[in-house]
Amino acid sequence: MIELIEVRKAFNQGKHNEFWALDGINLCIEAHRVTALCGPSGSGKTTLLTLIGCLARPTSGRARFKGEDISGLPERFLTQLRRRSFGFVFQQFNLIRGLSAEENIMLPAAPSGLPQHVVRARAAMLLDRLRLAHRRTARVEWLSGGEQQRVAIARALINDPEVLIADEPTANLDTTLAREFLAILESFASEGRTVILSSHDPLVIQSAAVHRVINMRDGRIVANYHDA
Amino acid sequence: MNIWIEQQRALIDFTLASLARRKARNLGLLAVYTLLVFVLASVALFSHALRHEATRVLADAPEIVLQRLVAGRHDLIPPGYLEKIGNIRGVQKMEGRLWGYYYDPVIKANYTFMVPSAGGVERGTIVIGAALERVRGLALETGISFRAYSGKLYSFVVADILPHDSELVSADLVLMHEDDFRTFFEFPAGHYTDIALAVANPQEVRNIAAKLAAALPDSRPILREEMLRTYASIFAWREGIVLAILSGAILAFAILAWDKAAGLSAEEKREIGILKAIGWETGDVIRMKIWEGVLISLTAFLVGYVAAYLHVFRGGGVLFEPVLKGWAVLYPRFQLAPEIDGLAVATLFFFTVVPYTAAVLVPIWRAATTDPDAVMR
Ligand SMILES: Nc1ncnc2c1ncn2[C@@H]1O[C@H](COP(=O)(O)OP(=O)(O)OP(=O)(O)O)[C@@H](O)[C@H]1O
Ligand SMILES: [Mg+2]
Repeated sequence: MIELIEVRKAFNQGKHNEFWALDGINLCIEAHRVTALCGPSGSGKTTLLTLIGCLARPTSGRARFKGEDISGLPERFLTQLRRRSFGFVFQQFNLIRGLSAEENIMLPAAPSGLPQHVVRARAAMLLDRLRLAHRRTARVEWLSGGEQQRVAIARALINDPEVLIADEPTANLDTTLAREFLAILESFASEGRTVILSSHDPLVIQSAAVHRVINMRDGRIVANYHDA
Repeated sequence: MNIWIEQQRALIDFTLASLARRKARNLGLLAVYTLLVFVLASVALFSHALRHEATRVLADAPEIVLQRLVAGRHDLIPPGYLEKIGNIRGVQKMEGRLWGYYYDPVIKANYTFMVPSAGGVERGTIVIGAALERVRGLALETGISFRAYSGKLYSFVVADILPHDSELVSADLVLMHEDDFRTFFEFPAGHYTDIALAVANPQEVRNIAAKLAAALPDSRPILREEMLRTYASIFAWREGIVLAILSGAILAFAILAWDKAAGLSAEEKREIGILKAIGWETGDVIRMKIWEGVLISLTAFLVGYVAAYLHVFRGGGVLFEPVLKGWAVLYPRFQLAPEIDGLAVATLFFFTVVPYTAAVLVPIWRAATTDPDAVMR
């Protein structure tokens, strides 16, 4: 599904504070599975997720999505690909304050040009599935942490993406909510989506919901093991 | 096409929801903006209609009015002047006019007493302007007495009231019969206030004026075109005052718009980053902001303009009366005929909608072109 070949990523390239956040990543991520990136803080997990999710381009190396080279695509195409194929759940959820849960969920669909009633129906379905239907019109800043995360998940799914990317999804959740989140992830994988997340939470890494764990350190992959 | 419409609908929905978050602030902005358009449009509509009115009124005025001067002051035309002018080629019609001012101590205002050239006012009756009707509480067939400068009291019956649509110039008029006029003012027989000349060919007006000046060296010909110019400069001067006041308002608005433009808050920048990360293109963000600018400025423009239209043409421009009108003590209260100048509308539209939308857009452009991965940290 996603292939990275000799990928490197530099910040502030050519300046005195040049920093290579990723340094030679070779990786192949299979479809319909849950893959977790883990490693110490600063090891490059978030940076790797931004490359996989087309939020940024590698400084060198190639990235392929379903066999197609995307490292050289112009910004417009990357954005389109990102909107159609990827859904993001950010660490701080990044919901838009002041808007309702439903409005937030519908946002990624705005540029798609789908009729409003179709998008609204899909949002209602997702809210239902994530047990949030009763909070549909509530402003997101009034929601609890777990509810906010479920709104963020629903928003990530509104365009029906093949790949769901989640950065430190359980960092703001207690154990019960984290378990619940993992259960939701599992259901996504079983319905055919690819899930990629980063975490240093043992609960996530050791969970049966995660099929594969990739260990990172200093911008490199150090260990890489599959579940049975 | 359908996709495009749905996209714009979604963008507008988001824009409205997002504007509704800061209701007080955005409504305040809208109110100030609307007020600005209202004042600007009122001035434009008012002065345009007024100028139109004045031109219309002057269109009926004679091409040349001849006054006699004594010691540099306007004096009566003595008998024999009409004959002295004799036959100047190009003069279609020539007549002596009778008019004068009368100070009414009851309401402390001046009226203009006048004998209409066409006649038509019976002896003992008068035809009055609408302001007089109002101020003195007169009606048809009621009587009124004026004390002449000689001290004698004369009574008249109101035979007619002048139409309201010409009130701008006829507010303080009192039309009467020639004999009544002469007795009332003790105006010597054969004398006139001035002489009006009608000229068919506008090219010849200056020629004829020169001939008149030569034939009657103690007289001064006043041309209609000069009167038009005088009116124009009076209007321009009055408009100038209003515009001076206005520039203050515009400045305040500019500061407001600039504040909004420059003060793109960290929160707004963060939101733009989020939108980009979840799949909005730079163009979508900018389109959304264009809608925001257009919705606010267009609403302000439409509401402000309609309010100005009602103010000027239905409310008689009450807010401007003290500045823009008032060369007669008797206050004309008139309904201007609705007159809209397309070019003025376009200009106003351009200068209110475009700068605001641009002011909103410029900083957004910079924020919208940042990399979307920034939201991940
Ligand atoms: N925009 C940037 N400019 C400069 N350095 C950056 C930038 N973004 C990330 N870095 C650096 O790259 C390295 C990798 O960062 P990254 O966010 O990928 O780490 P991480 O594994 O996600 O860490 P954490 O677990 O704390 O989230 C860090 O040392 C960070 O300081
Ligand atoms: Mg991180």
